[in-house]
Amino acid sequence: MKIAIPVDQKSLETNVCVSFGRAPYFLIYDTTTKESVFLDNGAAASTGGAGIKAAQAIVDSSADALLTPRCGENAANVLKVAGIKIYKTIGDSTGHNIDAFVAGKLPLLDEIHAGFHGHGGN
Amino acid sequence: MRIAVLSGKGGTGKTLVSVNLAAVAEKATYIDCDVEEPNGHLFFKPEDIREETVSIQIPIANETLCNGCRQCVDFCKFNALAYIRNKLIVFEDVCHSCGGCVLLCPQKALGEKERGIGKVQKGRSGNVDVHTGILNTGEASGVPIIKKLLDDNKDAPSAVTIIDCPPGSACVVMESIQDADYCVLVAEPTLFGVHNLNMVYELVRLFQKPFGVVLNKCLEGENPAEKLCLKKNIQILGRIPFDHALGMLNSNAKIAVRENKTYQTIFAKLLDTVAKEVYHETAPHS
Repeated sequence: MKIAIPVDQKSLETNVCVSFGRAPYFLIYDTTTKESVFLDNGAAASTGGAGIKAAQAIVDSSADALLTPRCGENAANVLKVAGIKIYKTIGDSTGHNIDAFVAGKLPLLDEIHAGFHGHGGN
Repeated sequence: MRIAVLSGKGGTGKTLVSVNLAAVAEKATYIDCDVEEPNGHLFFKPEDIREETVSIQIPIANETLCNGCRQCVDFCKFNALAYIRNKLIVFEDVCHSCGGCVLLCPQKALGEKERGIGKVQKGRSGNVDVHTGILNTGEASGVPIIKKLLDDNKDAPSAVTIIDCPPGSACVVMESIQDADYCVLVAEPTLFGVHNLNMVYELVRLFQKPFGVVLNKCLEGENPAEKLCLKKNIQILGRIPFDHALGMLNSNAKIAVRENKTYQTIFAKLLDTVAKEVYHETAPHS
């Protein structure tokens, strides 16, 4: 299965990015073939609606799950319609989170924030 | 004459100046364009209020006609559209109602529907017609409400119209000042205040509006806002002291010029100064 993770850099050693919609890259990792692809997040510099655009990119990448520390309401709605499950990452390490997901140890993300909508946040 | 009152930051005294300028005029219309948190009505307590809903047009997709080309999704600068599982999703509260997607759709699959985003209230308080714009919480932009307030005023303008602008220098402020004959910039004597005064100073210059500054919360000693005015050769229209009595009146939602002779004089003089400036600006062209 394919999983998507917002990341800070284009490398497997990278940290998970604290933001989903504004992450610079997404790692698309295939748990079966262990192949990884990095996507530039075109939504990172959006003036608004970054979560929606980022979620569209995740859907288009045909990922089955998203691993992220946080996710906004609009993005969560897009992912829900597409049937993509959202899991909450633990710690910064991308590798550890992939391992934890494969071992079934990541919880589903149940706190969806209302979005920052042009008011910053971090 | 239409006088817009603005300041770079909130809490500088826009509403204090706007409300008192309107109240001191013989007859005036006060328009509260600070639609995210209008507060002029708290002072005026207008009566005989009439209310109108303000709506915008948002896109609605005809699923039979839509072929999933996604041109609309790629076009939307606000990312209000997504195309998921062969279906277009419209995020209504993200849409800025520009209508671009509807124009662009090669399949003519997008129509428009109305969505209420707020309201306009009009009432009376003595010599002042009070018009208030109210944007519903969470909406993307107050511009349509400000447009409605100012368009309505074009039909029957008062001798004096005071436009109480939103804080900052973004789209909502540009919309509020664009038809103004004169801009009054309210500034407070702090470095932060000066930074924000400089932002609105650049804005009114960009819009080629005649303008002047009212120095609010004036204390003894150095005033950084005054320094900026002197440096840039900006006209100082008047000074309002940092005064306990004024603070008390304001905190109790009283209108200073209706309660206090000193402030009646200060604001009457300010209105007179502004009127002369407006006359001076328009006379050579008339």
